[in-house]
Amino acid sequence: MPETNPNSERSAILAAQDVSKVYQMGDVEVHALRGVTVPLYEGELMVLLGPSGSGKSTLLNILGALDVPSSGQVLYHGRDIAIAGDRELTEFRRENVGFVFQFYNLVPSLTARENIALVTEISETPLDPTEALELVGLTDRMDHFPAQLSGGEQQRVAIARAVAKQPKILLCDEPTGALDFKTGIRVLEVIDEVNRSLGTTTAVITHHAPIASMADRVVALSDGRVASDRTNDEKVSPAELTW
Amino acid sequence: MNVLDRKLFRDLMRLKGQALTIALVVAVGVANYITLRSAWRALGDSRAAYYEQYRFADAFARLKRAPDSVADQIHDVQGVATVYPRVVEEVLLPMDDMITPAHGQLISLPTHGRPPLNDVYVKAGRFPEPGRGNEVLVYEPFAKEHGLRPGSTIPAILNGKLHELRVVGLGLSPEYVFAIEPGGITSDDERFAPMWMSMSAIAAAFRMEGAFNDVVLRLEPGADERAVLVALDRILEPYGGLGAYGRKLQISNSILEGEIAQIEAMVIVLPAVFLAVAAFLLNVVFSRLVTLQRGQIAVVKAVGYRNSTIALHYVKMVCVIVLIGSLLGVGLGAWLADAMLDLYAQFFRLPMTRGRIDLPVAINAIIGSFAAALVGIGFAVRKAVTLPPAEAMRPPSPARYRASPIERVPVLRRVHQTTMMVFREIWRRPLRTLLSSAGIAFALAIIILGRFGKDAHGPILDLQFGRQQREDISVNFTNEVGNRGLGYLAHLPGVDQVDGFRVTPVRFRSGARWRDSVVIGLPPDSHLRRLFNRQFRPARIPRSGLLITNVLADILGAKPGDIIEVELKEGDRGTRRVQISGTIDEAFGIQGYMQKSSLHELLREGPTINTALLRVDPSREAELQRRLTDIPTVQSIHRKRTLLERFEEQTGQTMQVITLILTLFATAIAVAVVYNNARVSLSVRSRDLATLRVLGFTRAEVSAILLGEQAVQVFLGIPFGLVLGTFGAQGLLELQADPEQFRMPMLIASRTYAFSVVVILVAAVLSALLVRRRLDSLDLIGVLKTRE
Repeated sequence: MPETNPNSERSAILAAQDVSKVYQMGDVEVHALRGVTVPLYEGELMVLLGPSGSGKSTLLNILGALDVPSSGQVLYHGRDIAIAGDRELTEFRRENVGFVFQFYNLVPSLTARENIALVTEISETPLDPTEALELVGLTDRMDHFPAQLSGGEQQRVAIARAVAKQPKILLCDEPTGALDFKTGIRVLEVIDEVNRSLGTTTAVITHHAPIASMADRVVALSDGRVASDRTNDEKVSPAELTW
Repeated sequence: MNVLDRKLFRDLMRLKGQALTIALVVAVGVANYITLRSAWRALGDSRAAYYEQYRFADAFARLKRAPDSVADQIHDVQGVATVYPRVVEEVLLPMDDMITPAHGQLISLPTHGRPPLNDVYVKAGRFPEPGRGNEVLVYEPFAKEHGLRPGSTIPAILNGKLHELRVVGLGLSPEYVFAIEPGGITSDDERFAPMWMSMSAIAAAFRMEGAFNDVVLRLEPGADERAVLVALDRILEPYGGLGAYGRKLQISNSILEGEIAQIEAMVIVLPAVFLAVAAFLLNVVFSRLVTLQRGQIAVVKAVGYRNSTIALHYVKMVCVIVLIGSLLGVGLGAWLADAMLDLYAQFFRLPMTRGRIDLPVAINAIIGSFAAALVGIGFAVRKAVTLPPAEAMRPPSPARYRASPIERVPVLRRVHQTTMMVFREIWRRPLRTLLSSAGIAFALAIIILGRFGKDAHGPILDLQFGRQQREDISVNFTNEVGNRGLGYLAHLPGVDQVDGFRVTPVRFRSGARWRDSVVIGLPPDSHLRRLFNRQFRPARIPRSGLLITNVLADILGAKPGDIIEVELKEGDRGTRRVQISGTIDEAFGIQGYMQKSSLHELLREGPTINTALLRVDPSREAELQRRLTDIPTVQSIHRKRTLLERFEEQTGQTMQVITLILTLFATAIAVAVVYNNARVSLSVRSRDLATLRVLGFTRAEVSAILLGEQAVQVFLGIPFGLVLGTFGAQGLLELQADPEQFRMPMLIASRTYAFSVVVILVAAVLSALLVRRRLDSLDLIGVLKTRE
């Protein structure tokens, strides 16, 4: 039985409501999510934990409007975006969501600063690209191309790019998955810094349980269902994490 | 089928769009080669066989009249193998089905046996029999136009008297492969008819017994043609020789040779362009394929497959594409070659050997396309083969981008990042961009080449037949008539305005160079004949001296101010020294012009004319034509509108077919270049594009990045294509059939440029849209979750 939600009186900025997702893989139906309800509260840093195949990436993609659920609702400020068309979904991403992926996905032909400018050019109230780079501590590398940066640096640029448009929500899918421990911590510090200083509602997916310690709230998924949803009362800074 | 072949088959199915577009370019290249080469061989071989079998002469001369004994004198000239003296006479044929009489050229046949030279190929019926005076063998195309068969009769005015000639056979001759009447601008099967008649009949009608007025020669192998021609002129001088010439200047042969030379010039260039484009595209596509299949290659190598097996695998793949293209090309080529020869058969009347695929030509084309393809994929295959398996298992090192020096320009620093992405991608692969643009440029140039002929066509016809020849009807007389003859013509029914000029045959000579042509004497106030140059500006005949066409000036190596010799071919046949007072760049012919009065002085004669120009009332034209036909001294009557229609019909049809075919061919290039580049670009950049979609870029914005690159290539290619097309057109004009006969002005209308650009843009946009559809189904999550 999932635990009762201790935050039910707070307002959810984005919420998955009884969301299911079924993929057709050849002749087989794969149930990635089975009636998942997960709210994301304003300003919090949520960690979404679960083993691989538990459905956490599917949930994140649905929350980020990269995918649509087979059933259920995705409410953004109470409005269902699960029924929106491609154009509205694009618009929603463009205005509200910042993404960070495991494999950075920087545009190789643009420098660090230009990768950020890519986003600021289509945003209404963006940060200055240099400011965003400052936030992740990479102002000295701004004219480098991705191929000239280390993995950790590329991921920090990716975070800077994600937050430069000042999104309401920052979604990070295994942001440290491809990084060594030290670099991973540095990246988590940046995410934490963004959450605190800009107040961006943040969700981080990971299969690394220790990372949950830096979260305000921890949701665990297992086999497409919410296994637990709890508030973390003993939040620590990323620098104090160990695994 | 082994496993690798199975993979090959599936890979090809996956690449079918790209494979097909490239195969089409190969097909067009092969088809081009086969078409041009087959046409070239068919025309060349048929000509050689025809000339040989029907004993086409090597040298020709017209004269006033010489006794038969002069032929023996000619025979004694060193280098002459055969002499065949003939009587050739121009006659009017007042056909029942035409208002204006047709023109016949009666050629004598020997009393016994076949003509020793310029024999007639009898296609139906028989040769006229000696003793039956009214029998003729008629040029087959003319007979067809008028529904004449052996047994039909033709009215003909011989030496001022109307005769009824009986058609006994239909024939062709190597002398009239391209039949064009004296002074004509194009062939006209309806109005011009060579006809063969027995010597005794012609001699009787024209009082030429025991004499001849035309002679043709066969030279001994290795004979000095020029020396023979000089000797022939010397012998014929007292008999009113009009100047001997060799085969090269024989009008029918010269036009046929010109056409063959033009095909020969294109036979390598045009197919090479298509095969080069195919090779380049195969390089682009296979380089990407090898990169994508890096991991697979590593695995296959790791389990022990040899490098040669892997190389062969990719070579086989390209061979399938080229084979499909080649086979399509052979089919298309065989069909087009046939169509092209059909088209030629309308102009060039010779027995053509055809109807089969020329096997060596097809094999050469296929070998050529395989060679081009292998060159194209050489690098890609080498890369696949030389990659050590352990390295191949790792992802390739990331592409290196760098800021180009151009970016330091302050304006460029402010462009959007998406524009920068396009710019840097191009900067990273400048050669690919350049070659793609070159492909587009060639495609565009080919469209221009297929169409520009039309542009000059309208204006030149308007110039020649609208502004220059302002008459409705022109009448040539057998001999010069006094100026008062014009007064007579002016009183004929339906004649509104009349004008006349004097034409005289001459030999222009400047130093060692000479050329036979005519001097036209025009009255200064002529309303019905004015002169214009090819730049469409009016020209004036100077008060004294000679105005000659610039082509004639080139032939003579003379320039304004020079004094040249004009050897008269009538009157006292004297040689006069005349100053060239100017040159004129005209579209037709190599004539000279003088004031009519100056020409009379030159000829030491009173005011005469031998051509009259009439402006007529259309409602009374038929009556007028009948009256003109009845005048005994009238040699030929030309109706301008008919001439114009004929010219338009002939060139118009050909042009349309050529425009259509070349436009389709060029489209194949444009589609293949844009489609393949866009597909490869999509494959290379799907990750970037998916990232942008995730970041909130719309489909349109993302498409703009992908297609922006293609757009840059297309837009870079367009100006080059316009320049290339313009130069190509100039080159083609220089190769044209017979520059002494007709010189197309260099004129490309802006609508031709616009048409070419639009075709290229439409082809590019459609190809791009095909690729854009794939962009819509881009798997955003899948792309982002995997490491490249």
